[in-house]
Amino acid sequence: MPVPRLSSTPLPGIGARYDLTTREHRRLSVVAHRDGGRTLNAYRNDDPDECALSVKLTAGETAALIDALMPSHHSPNLLSTTDLGLVAECIELSSVSYWNGRVLGDTRMRTETGVSIVAVLRRAEAIPSPGPEFRLAGGDILIVIGTREGVEAAATILGRD
Amino acid sequence: MHSSAVFLIEFGAIILSLGLLGRFAGRFHFSPIPLYLLAGLAFGEGGLLPLGTSEEFVAIGAEIGVVLLLLMLGLEYTASDLVSNLKTQYPAGLLDAALNALPGAAMALLLGWGPVATVVLAGVTWISSSGVIAKVMGDLGRLGNRETPVILSILVLEDLAMAVYLPIITALLAGVSLAAGSLTLAIALGVAGLVLFVALRYGRVISRFVSSDDPEKLLLVVLGLTLLVAGIAQQLQVSAAVGAFLVGIALSGEVAEGAHNLLSPLRDLFAAVFFVFFGLHTDPASIPPVLLPALALAVVTACTKIATGYWAAKRAGISAKGRWRAGGTLVARGEFSIVIAGLAVTAGIEPSLGPLATAYVLVLVIIGPLTARYTEPLATRLTGRRKQPPAARATKTEALPEALEPVDDGTARRA
Repeated sequence: MPVPRLSSTPLPGIGARYDLTTREHRRLSVVAHRDGGRTLNAYRNDDPDECALSVKLTAGETAALIDALMPSHHSPNLLSTTDLGLVAECIELSSVSYWNGRVLGDTRMRTETGVSIVAVLRRAEAIPSPGPEFRLAGGDILIVIGTREGVEAAATILGRD
Repeated sequence: MHSSAVFLIEFGAIILSLGLLGRFAGRFHFSPIPLYLLAGLAFGEGGLLPLGTSEEFVAIGAEIGVVLLLLMLGLEYTASDLVSNLKTQYPAGLLDAALNALPGAAMALLLGWGPVATVVLAGVTWISSSGVIAKVMGDLGRLGNRETPVILSILVLEDLAMAVYLPIITALLAGVSLAAGSLTLAIALGVAGLVLFVALRYGRVISRFVSSDDPEKLLLVVLGLTLLVAGIAQQLQVSAAVGAFLVGIALSGEVAEGAHNLLSPLRDLFAAVFFVFFGLHTDPASIPPVLLPALALAVVTACTKIATGYWAAKRAGISAKGRWRAGGTLVARGEFSIVIAGLAVTAGIEPSLGPLATAYVLVLVIIGPLTARYTEPLATRLTGRRKQPPAARATKTEALPEALEPVDDGTARRA
């Protein structure tokens, strides 16, 4: 099986376009904008010069998509999964989060969802087993372990603006 | 009332109304440029709300607006972009100039205008609006289309041609003799060539000199450098806009990126002021008499642009549909037509040139996005479905890509 190759075309004033033709002769291309955004294009069957789909992605969305496309990937933010139905996820607090500056006890996380917060990653350090008096800050990444439903609920709570 | 208070009130009212108009335009997804022009008409002489005190500041703001428009345009491109496009696409550029500048010139002669106004109107009808076109292509999801590089390279060539054309206009408007004019042109070409050469060779060095981690310092250095070079260029009769464009070309890489982000809001503000200024100097009452010539010119130059795009895309080996799309996309004229006409308006030649250019741009900035969208479906319908009837298309889709594959490889690799 030959290695698929990307050809690139400069788009002056916009960025560059990278093309890929798949084994099934479908064309895909990515337009790399100079501001870090990307546009993902798939071409029509009846007119290979024209896009049937053209989706503009921000740098963050692009990163998430790359994650999903990686062969080693299973599901978002997953650290590990067990056969016992427990999952572990990294959940990031946004900088405008409601919890910015509030203590961990206020989230009533364990009571509400049954998940445990194993550690908090802040800049270059990791704080293991934070207690209820631990003060959260925007940008913190919380590692939570629980059931699938529990982790989903925790993500909802932590996602509060 | 105190004069500075009056100025603040007037200028504030202008900017605020522009902001509200911009929001209105955003809601309907069309370019705010025509609205800014209309706002200028409303505030100007013979308009609804004539302004007095802020005229002078608006004039200076307009001057800065043109400089920033061209600087940002230069920042969009690297010197190697320009040179490589010039090498590969010059026939398309020449055809573009011939097909689209000539109708403008012919119209000016029909109206009995002088030679200078003729050259100006030729420029107005020649240069497409890269801003409007880039936005339209993004909105229609066509950035990935195969005809897009063709469209962009025509825009690049037009912008490069501006660097030669604007000094000529500036010299003509200043009424210099043929000898002095030729000297100006030689200087302009020499400087442009030198800047391209230096940017290609030593672009990194220039960028390092300008580069700064602190956005504030970067902003001041880039803006100061640009205004200074623009001023010197104006003094040499080369046109401030071209000086700014060349500064933009000379800056590359990270500096260009940073400067682009920092200067975008400034450009938006002053470019809006420039469009208002242009409207201010146009008496609304003078538009109706030139409406018919403007419409005729718009129709003719829409068709010539479509032909240009069709031919250029054909030359690049793109299928019929893509050729029509390329043509339709190129129709929009906008900011640069106004920049060219603005030079003539400030110099005070041919009183009906401003109104004609205003009406012309108003028509084409509104029609442009529509032709971009509908030229291809219309043309496909009119030229008949030689390929296959739509009923068969649905069943044939599986077999089609195979048949097209050789074409695909032949052209996609050319880049």
